[in-house]
Amino acid sequence: METVISIKPLLAVLVSLLVIPVLISSSEKPNARESWIFIAGIIKFLIVISMLPAVLQGKQIFFTLFKIVPGADIAFRVDGLGMLFALVASSLYIITSIYSIGYMRGLNEHGQTRFVCFFALAISATIGAAFSANLLTLYLFYEVLSLATYPLVTHHQNAESKISGRRYLSFILGTSIGIVLPAMIYCYHVTGTLEFAPGGIFAGHLSRPAAVVLLLMFVFGFAKAGIMPVHSWLPAAMVAPTPVSALLHAVAVVKVGVFSIVRVMTGIFGIDLLAHFHLGFMVMIIASITILVASCIALSQDELKRRLAYSTISQLSYIVFGVALLSPKGLIGGVIHIVMHAFGKITLFFCAGAIYVATGKKYISQMTGLGRKMPITFAAFFIGALGVIGLPPSGGFYSKWNLLLGTIEAHHTGFMIVLLVSSFLNAFYFLPIVYKGFFGKTGENQQGPVKIEEANMCMVVPLVITACVSIILFFYPTLFINLIKTWLGI
Amino acid sequence: MDNYPVLIVVAPLLAALFAGIAAWIEQKLSYVIALLGLGISCFSAFHVLIKVITCGTIQYKLAGWAPPIGIEYRIDLLNAMVLMVVSGIAFLNLIASYRSVEQETSDRTGFFYTVYCLFCTGLLGVTATGDLFNLYVLVEITSLTSYTMVALGDRDRGPIAGMNYIFVGVIGASFYLLGVGYLYMQTGSLNMADTALILHSHQGSSIVLTAFILCMVGLWIKMAFFPLHVWLPNAYTYSPVAFSRVVAPLMTKVMIYVMIRLMISVFGFDYIFTTLNLSEAVVWLATIAIVAGGVMALAQKNLKKMLTYIIVSEIGYMVGGAWMGNQAGMTGAILHILNDALMTFAIFLAVGNIVYRLHRVELEDLKGLFSKMPWTMAGFVLAAFSIIGVPPTCGFFSKWYLIMGAFEKGAYHFAAALLFSSLICAVLFFRVFEICFFPPDDQDSHAHGHGHGHGCAAVEEAPVSMLIVSGLAGVSLIVAGLFSGTIVNTMIIPFLK
Repeated sequence: METVISIKPLLAVLVSLLVIPVLISSSEKPNARESWIFIAGIIKFLIVISMLPAVLQGKQIFFTLFKIVPGADIAFRVDGLGMLFALVASSLYIITSIYSIGYMRGLNEHGQTRFVCFFALAISATIGAAFSANLLTLYLFYEVLSLATYPLVTHHQNAESKISGRRYLSFILGTSIGIVLPAMIYCYHVTGTLEFAPGGIFAGHLSRPAAVVLLLMFVFGFAKAGIMPVHSWLPAAMVAPTPVSALLHAVAVVKVGVFSIVRVMTGIFGIDLLAHFHLGFMVMIIASITILVASCIALSQDELKRRLAYSTISQLSYIVFGVALLSPKGLIGGVIHIVMHAFGKITLFFCAGAIYVATGKKYISQMTGLGRKMPITFAAFFIGALGVIGLPPSGGFYSKWNLLLGTIEAHHTGFMIVLLVSSFLNAFYFLPIVYKGFFGKTGENQQGPVKIEEANMCMVVPLVITACVSIILFFYPTLFINLIKTWLGI
Repeated sequence: MDNYPVLIVVAPLLAALFAGIAAWIEQKLSYVIALLGLGISCFSAFHVLIKVITCGTIQYKLAGWAPPIGIEYRIDLLNAMVLMVVSGIAFLNLIASYRSVEQETSDRTGFFYTVYCLFCTGLLGVTATGDLFNLYVLVEITSLTSYTMVALGDRDRGPIAGMNYIFVGVIGASFYLLGVGYLYMQTGSLNMADTALILHSHQGSSIVLTAFILCMVGLWIKMAFFPLHVWLPNAYTYSPVAFSRVVAPLMTKVMIYVMIRLMISVFGFDYIFTTLNLSEAVVWLATIAIVAGGVMALAQKNLKKMLTYIIVSEIGYMVGGAWMGNQAGMTGAILHILNDALMTFAIFLAVGNIVYRLHRVELEDLKGLFSKMPWTMAGFVLAAFSIIGVPPTCGFFSKWYLIMGAFEKGAYHFAAALLFSSLICAVLFFRVFEICFFPPDDQDSHAHGHGHGHGCAAVEEAPVSMLIVSGLAGVSLIVAGLFSGTIVNTMIIPFLK
């Protein structure tokens, strides 16, 4: 595969980092601060886009920043998978920035400069993780992301966020230091490299029991992926302001977790080795349990954001499930779900935040009849829900379709049931919200004379955009499918 | 032959002398003299470091007397690096200390700077010298000045902590001196290189074994290797903060350096790891030290004391790495001398800034500090991440080598202890962050305000001179981390070959 040396991946990471001092210095002027965020976000997006043609031609963009130990430098390599993730994260960052202006100003939140600074740091780390050339670099950005999101999760600085912050850190940091770090050093000890290679790095170095243990360490160690039982930080993290939940806990942070698992399974172990040891099946079981159990728990949640969180936990495991099928269709289905779920779920979170800002309501049971007052928001919610359930005309259909084909291709037809049952559960926990929103009787519950209307434009526009993209992706998924195909080399 | 090697040590010695004299005339003058002395020392150390990297080991005969009669300074990559770290940190700390010294020991600033320079002379001499007895003398200079400094600190607890430190320190020094005596008995030489040559033919001798054990125990007491650590927490907690900031990062690290120096340049790896085969036992001791240090740190309610127990834990890292008996472990230990010095310095600088404003560092006093002293806390956070071992700060990379070494040797308990210690540090520091990040409860702060008679609103950011040094130290953590590949390849690997 052709490799191009270019500093662009580093620039894409650095942009948001370099803008932080500017943000701090303009903390007294919110408008100036916000425009800097946009400028940085758009530059970042353009840098990512500028690498797209080369990646689509099957080239890889490579850049070594620091030499640490042989075989594990701090280095960037842009391939199809990383590109796909970076595209999603950097484009949604811009949209979320608009949204968070509306949200933070709408609620008159404190510490907005701190908020945007750590947000920028988090997005830098996400892009860094997407472009990592090896496990060490990936781990570095993974850790930076964990720490950068702590002040965001505990933004409200009250007792509830303190408890959630503790849970958040103990899960995320505990697993990454306690489980991933030794697993990674062991990999390096055995093979002398941590470079992601298409066929893995373990060839002939690993016995089956060791492979099982290592794989489990990675799957559970990357707790950001929310595989049960290391998932409970995610519902706890919902105390964060909604823009954080939307971008970080539906897209960036959780997907970095899944992305790391995908990278390790494909680049460190290699599909062939996993197939050889029949390890795919084990991961599929783990993922299936998470898919079903999380969906069931989601059904019972009345707080909208918590329901979305459990839905996310379930959907993240789709991605892991798809990769664990170890077949081309399964891989495509799993990886494309990173994109499809991102657009669907961020729409849902945007809607949840819009409802909260407009009405102050957090619980689903209070939202009856709201759809008539906020039709745009609830329509977008409906589209987002379609995307997560996997129904046309939303992009989510593609991932479900490929995953189902993947189960057949991999001769694990039985697992189709898991996907189908989960889709039903998804429909059960999302569609009633929309239905009740539009058609539910409000009756005597009608509270007070307060006039409820759509949230401000800064919030409505982003959620309309993401909902539209979710539909557009149904008609034009080719870009992302091509990226996955160049990554897989097919 | 240029005189830079000796200038490193002599400059602060002369500065101590003149600072003492100047103190009679004008207290401020002694600060300038101390600054000048350590500046020269720092510059010379840099010069020597560059020269050693390009031209190899420097041998400098003091007053032209040839070894083994005369004292020799032998500076190779290892001590060139340590000299740079020691002189650099001592110099930077002096810049940051002007205001704290004024505040804490206002009546005796001249005296403080004199002793400070003497202390640095001792540390630098210990690092530079190639003579076993000269090393003892300089260790004693360092220790005696430390006792004085500790006693200068907290008016109530300082003198007792100092007494405690004297007793234990003197015992440690006696052990080491006895060890040197035994070595002299066997070899008739005090020059390290010379002794090493003679020892080659005395590997089975029980005198050498006794000497080795005595020296090691002496050094372990001096470096506060668990369970010989009891003097350290109180001594470092109750000394003046300007001194804590230099003794905490440097003293123990220099003692680790001496241990490694004796292991490599005097007794030799073959003797320690093949003839005596002690590696297993010491690595276990180090494992216990790491865990015990961490657990004891958990029990502390005073920030400074918590950090001192973390130092006890860190000593375990380096002793374990050095005794691993393989290249990765030794690389990790040497790299950690540098990294731990930097991160301990950075964190104590932040603590110093906090002490300067708050006057006490009980954990409950720190409420809401992120909004009151944002820059100081940024430095604190960076240093804490390095101690936890978060990449890209330097603490991660030395831990990496140490764990690699443990895996190579099959010492999984040591690797587990390192990870455990990282987790404990994460708990410790996030507990502090939490206190500092969350604003005080309203009721609580009222009660507090009335009770102690000082409002929290008065607290503001530390003076610029302290912040700049704090910032430099913080940045150095990331720089050292990102360039750790270069550091290992240009200094540590060539040294170990």
